[in-house]
Amino acid sequence: MDLDLSAVEPFRAEVRAWLRAHVPATPLPSLETEEGFAAHRAWERELHAARLAVVSWPREYGGRDATPLEWLVFEEEYYAAGAPGRVGQNGINLLAPTLFQHGTPEQLARILPPMASGEVIWAQAWSEPGAGSDLASLRATATRADDGWLLNGQKTWSSRAAFADRGFGPFRSDPQAERHRGLTYLMFPLDADGITRRPIGRIDGKPAFAELFFDDVFVPDRDVIGRPGEGWRVAMSTTGNERGLTLRSPGRFLAAADRLLELWRAHGDPADTALRDRVADAWIKARAYRLKGFETISRTEDVGAESSINKIFWSELDLALHETALDLLGPDGELAGEWLEGYVFSLAGPIYAGTNEIQRDLIAERVLGLPRTGR
Amino acid sequence: MRFILDAEQKLFGETLDKLLTEAGTPGVVRDWAAGTHEPGLALWRSLAGAGVLAIAVPEHAGGAGLLPVELVTAFHELGRHGAPGPYVETVAAAVLLDRLGDQPLTGVRGDGPLAAAWLPRIAEGTAVVSLTLPPAVPYALDADTAHLVLTADRQVLHTATPREPYRSLDPARRLFTVVPGDVPASGPAVAVAAAEAYDMGVLVCAAQLVGIGRRLLEVTVEYARTRRQFGRPIGEFQAVKHHLANALVGLEYARPLVHGAALACGSPDFPREVSAAKVAASEAAYTAAKIALQVHGAIGYTDEYDPTLLIRKARTLHTAWGSPTTHRARLITTLTRI
Ligand SMILES: Cc1cc2nc3c(=O)[nH]c(=O)nc-3n(C[C@H](O)[C@H](O)[C@H](O)COP(=O)(O)OP(=O)(O)OC[C@H]3O[C@@H](n4cnc5c(N)ncnc54)[C@H](O)[C@@H]3O)c2cc1C
Repeated sequence: MDLDLSAVEPFRAEVRAWLRAHVPATPLPSLETEEGFAAHRAWERELHAARLAVVSWPREYGGRDATPLEWLVFEEEYYAAGAPGRVGQNGINLLAPTLFQHGTPEQLARILPPMASGEVIWAQAWSEPGAGSDLASLRATATRADDGWLLNGQKTWSSRAAFADRGFGPFRSDPQAERHRGLTYLMFPLDADGITRRPIGRIDGKPAFAELFFDDVFVPDRDVIGRPGEGWRVAMSTTGNERGLTLRSPGRFLAAADRLLELWRAHGDPADTALRDRVADAWIKARAYRLKGFETISRTEDVGAESSINKIFWSELDLALHETALDLLGPDGELAGEWLEGYVFSLAGPIYAGTNEIQRDLIAERVLGLPRTGR
Repeated sequence: MRFILDAEQKLFGETLDKLLTEAGTPGVVRDWAAGTHEPGLALWRSLAGAGVLAIAVPEHAGGAGLLPVELVTAFHELGRHGAPGPYVETVAAAVLLDRLGDQPLTGVRGDGPLAAAWLPRIAEGTAVVSLTLPPAVPYALDADTAHLVLTADRQVLHTATPREPYRSLDPARRLFTVVPGDVPASGPAVAVAAAEAYDMGVLVCAAQLVGIGRRLLEVTVEYARTRRQFGRPIGEFQAVKHHLANALVGLEYARPLVHGAALACGSPDFPREVSAAKVAASEAAYTAAKIALQVHGAIGYTDEYDPTLLIRKARTLHTAWGSPTTHRARLITTLTRI
């Protein structure tokens, strides 16, 4: 398929003009704090009012039916403008695609509009203390009750769950079934009776994630996604989104690479060719990621397991880019600021969304066709 | 804009793949290295027959028009099979001659004849050309096989005569210093044309590197599936899997840069885009080559084994047509120019 880059220029101009008029002049407080969370939620509302919160969604749910190319362009403009991080991202990028694929019309109509407006912010509740990379070993349970389910057990590392409104994740509904079977995918309010939330400070102390304890938390049937017992399949259908383009669009890295180049211009020592080469590499890789994005949306076939290649690439690029910035800043690299915030965030990229070791296994087995072995 | 190949371009690549497979290219490479050039020149002619060189020559000069995306498609296949000979140099020379044909020259012999005489022959595959573009390209590859050797040194274009060759890590690459002779053209136009020739050479060299890396990954995956140690295929070992996954990640992101640079041909961004492509392609191919060697063990270290031909070539092209460091420096200079 041909991509008509000039045809999206009016859209680009509209987005750029709106952002120029609305992006806060000073950065909002960190997304990973209570105060920052509230400020970012307010920003989501503003974006939504301009129909820019979820451009690629259908109009009826608050989007504009934007094409994938328009979405990429939106993202480029968004990050180039230095607009705030997306507090609603886990709902928008991880839950919504699952609902589009497996949700009922009633669920779509009920859940998507308040997600788009930032009124309801979602947290992903997959991981457990004993189930990280080996997610299928999860033990939190969903037990059948009248017209619904009772949740028990523990989830952890749930991003921003300390401040978010609702959560989603797989629970074991059939203790007899083999690992990947007998799971059910459910949604629940984080302030429900029986849920205890404990914030966990991340590496820089900010309460970025939370542990969740479930004690007979009731969930009605209408909050099951897909069929009971098919939770693994439902969950896995979104991992492509998490690892693929949607979670980390090229615009984010292009903007960061341009800022790195600015930093090099302002502070770089021309004699430091080793650092200069790292700046060049960051720029080249951000560019490669953009072109690869164009390639991906030009293809008609599903990228499938290839999303694992993507995940390794962006997570390593993000980290290298921010490390280079801190090195460039020298003694100022450790000081609180946007580069440091970005660095701390980038440190986690190789861990979440399936660790890069697991991705390498998946690439070897599912893309290259090497023998599968037990993990 | 098309960021993926269309059906016709894909078919072109497949045709070349078939042609190079049927020609028994590894044997041709070994002959070439031993100084027996005829099979390599025959392959040159059949590749030209399939259009590989016509796409570097404009229509008015007897070619199919300069088609950068088709060129990188072709060079990807030349890379995959390790075809020997100065293909990159001939394409660069075609750009050089064509650009000079357009310019009013202040040369001793005036304009025209050189381009008019050689471009149609390049297109049809009856002229093999080598060249140097000092300082970036100081040696004329396989100049002993060339019908025309050029050297464009800043503002002066010379025809040139090769001296004794140096031996390369890749025995199928023989590198000649040259003695400058006649001056068919001189003046600023030569420097401009040489710069464009250089960029095109860098681009097709990058495409060749990606092809080399791809092929090395393919054969190494196959080897890892069949070679058994400790009672199982070595491809079951996670360390081996991760090596191969890393090779793929690098190559998967080098290819779009090469394609993107081809699309930028003719725009002011072309030099910077080809530099980005060459850095990524060099790093990815050279990494794939080292991984191929490691995963093969000792057999990969032997002269007899066909993939070794590509392992050696990956290393030589890593620094030919500008090393990654050279291109990173050029990229940063371009990007930070106010
Ligand atoms: C910033 C951040 C945000 C997160 N947000 C969320 C969230 O919102 N919701 C949520 O549910 N989870 C979230 N997570 C958790 C994340 O999904 C897990 O950290 C991840 O799945 C890895 O699990 P683990 O931490 O238990 O590590 P483990 O699985 O214990 O792995 C530890 C190490 O062992 C390696 N390893 C494990 N198995 C293998 C194997 N078979 N082969 C080779 N190496 C292996 C891993 O690669 C890793 O290096 C988040 C994590 C971070 C860091």
